[in-house]
Amino acid sequence: MKSRKKENIELGYKIICSIVNEEATVLDLGCGSGELMMLLRDQKRAKCQGIEILRDNIFKCVEKGLSVFQLDFDSGLSNYQSDAFDYVILNRSLQETVHVEHVLQEAMRVGKRVIIGFPNFAHIGARIQLFFKGRTPVTDSLPHLWYNTPNLHFLSIRDFEEYIAGRGIRVISRHYFTMRKRVVICPNLFATDAIYVIALENGGV
Amino acid sequence: MNKNDKDIGFVETGYFTFGEEEWDELKLESGQSIGPVTIGYETYGELNKDKSNVILIEHTLTHDAHAAGFHKGDLRGGWWDEMIGWGKAFDTEKYFIVCSNVLGGCKGSTGPSSINPATGKQYGLTFPVITIKDMVEAQKRLLDHLGIEKLLSVSGGSMGGMQALQWVASYPEKVRSVIPIATAWKQSPQQLAFAEVGRQAIMKDPNWKNGNYYDGEKPESGLSLARMMGHITYMSEASMEEKFSRRLKNGDYSFSFDVDFEVEGYLHYNGNAFVKRFDANSYLYITRALNYFDVSGDKLIRPNREIDTKFLVISFLSDWLYPSWQSREIVKFLMSRQQDTTYCEVQSNYGHDAFLLEYEEETRLIKHFLERITNEK
Repeated sequence: MKSRKKENIELGYKIICSIVNEEATVLDLGCGSGELMMLLRDQKRAKCQGIEILRDNIFKCVEKGLSVFQLDFDSGLSNYQSDAFDYVILNRSLQETVHVEHVLQEAMRVGKRVIIGFPNFAHIGARIQLFFKGRTPVTDSLPHLWYNTPNLHFLSIRDFEEYIAGRGIRVISRHYFTMRKRVVICPNLFATDAIYVIALENGGV
Repeated sequence: MNKNDKDIGFVETGYFTFGEEEWDELKLESGQSIGPVTIGYETYGELNKDKSNVILIEHTLTHDAHAAGFHKGDLRGGWWDEMIGWGKAFDTEKYFIVCSNVLGGCKGSTGPSSINPATGKQYGLTFPVITIKDMVEAQKRLLDHLGIEKLLSVSGGSMGGMQALQWVASYPEKVRSVIPIATAWKQSPQQLAFAEVGRQAIMKDPNWKNGNYYDGEKPESGLSLARMMGHITYMSEASMEEKFSRRLKNGDYSFSFDVDFEVEGYLHYNGNAFVKRFDANSYLYITRALNYFDVSGDKLIRPNREIDTKFLVISFLSDWLYPSWQSREIVKFLMSRQQDTTYCEVQSNYGHDAFLLEYEEETRLIKHFLERITNEK
């Protein structure tokens, strides 16, 4: 049986796959072992390029026939020209980067549209653990413990909404989900995960 | 079919000569021409019907056309035998592999130790200064002769990687993919400096005699000194520690300047072995070609030129002769041109030598990369 964490990740892939246009050019930042890029290539004939820091993941991407750079995307995007890709994807990787603001700016410069997926820290399950148990939440979308989490930043859906407001960022679509299903009501409370499609107000398509 | 039938087995070096008449001579980057030119080469595997399975393997400063299989009477296989063969990274079941000795070399191709037909004597220093681009031009002539128009891939480590990059610069439409390993698109001042010290060791040897040593004693001490220094740059601090540490050859200090430490013995052994198989003038010419090589920036892919070539760039973390930053420089340029590229920094303690030794990891990368290129036909 698949773990609930895995099901959540796969639902995220499906949502992103439905967002991306046929034959789009895609840059996947923190592409991991390339599962999402493989899906986009096979289902949307997307032309994908990954950037990943872990060597083992580089091998796994190459084994899937994918192109990937072993680089730190915190600093590496400056080489790309503006609007170089139809989509730049940061799926569950933004909260792991050191310079979030810089990476977001660069992603929006390099991509006509940016797809951002992140775990919602204000999900009810997390709130209960924090409030009643007094413990740092461990949930399906935040599965790590405080000492081994790769997450450097913890954000909620409301945090993200507040962040993009007034920064010249246009939200093209919002997708909230939890445990195999979409969430419509009170996403900041009931969604474990969020996916945003954004673009610069004065750019993008 | 048993395994032995699948092995490359015994191979022989073939020879192709061109430029016997003036119009057919090889025009060099320096403006000079040379002819006739003989190129020594080997092939492994079978050329398919539409000639779409050709991979060109490029060798380093001191290697030769014998990349895989065995020469009759030899105990050791070709220099990249672990990578080329049935089921290996460069799979001879699928691909037709060509490897040729570089122009200026001394292993079957025309170089300073070849006889100049105009004088009946070895060229010596009358041999024209050649470049990496000239080496690639000579290979192009060989491929024309073999009837090969397009390459599935070009790959090599170190100077081999430079030739692979030069193929992209010279003939991007002929190269479907390229695998430069442990290399750079131009030498750094440190690399220029090492090359110069190697050359000075040879040229200061009294037996060198301005390159006219072919009738007498050869500049062996100079060439072996160059080789000894080369070997230091090919290893890493960690690999030397592991291989030799401070171990002594005879258990105790001799309180003399004889060879006491194992590392000294290793360098002497390799220096002496090298002079038996390599020509000192070739060492001068080829290191000069390395120095002059520069396909940095737009020289690799011209501005406004879109090319389909796909890249697999590999570097090794302990390689301080061709460090990873030099590969990253290439990769960052390829990013700016949105060229389909994969880049991996392989973990290894072997230093620059790693590309000859870390074949398991190289195989994992190259095998799948080549399969993709083949399928994307």
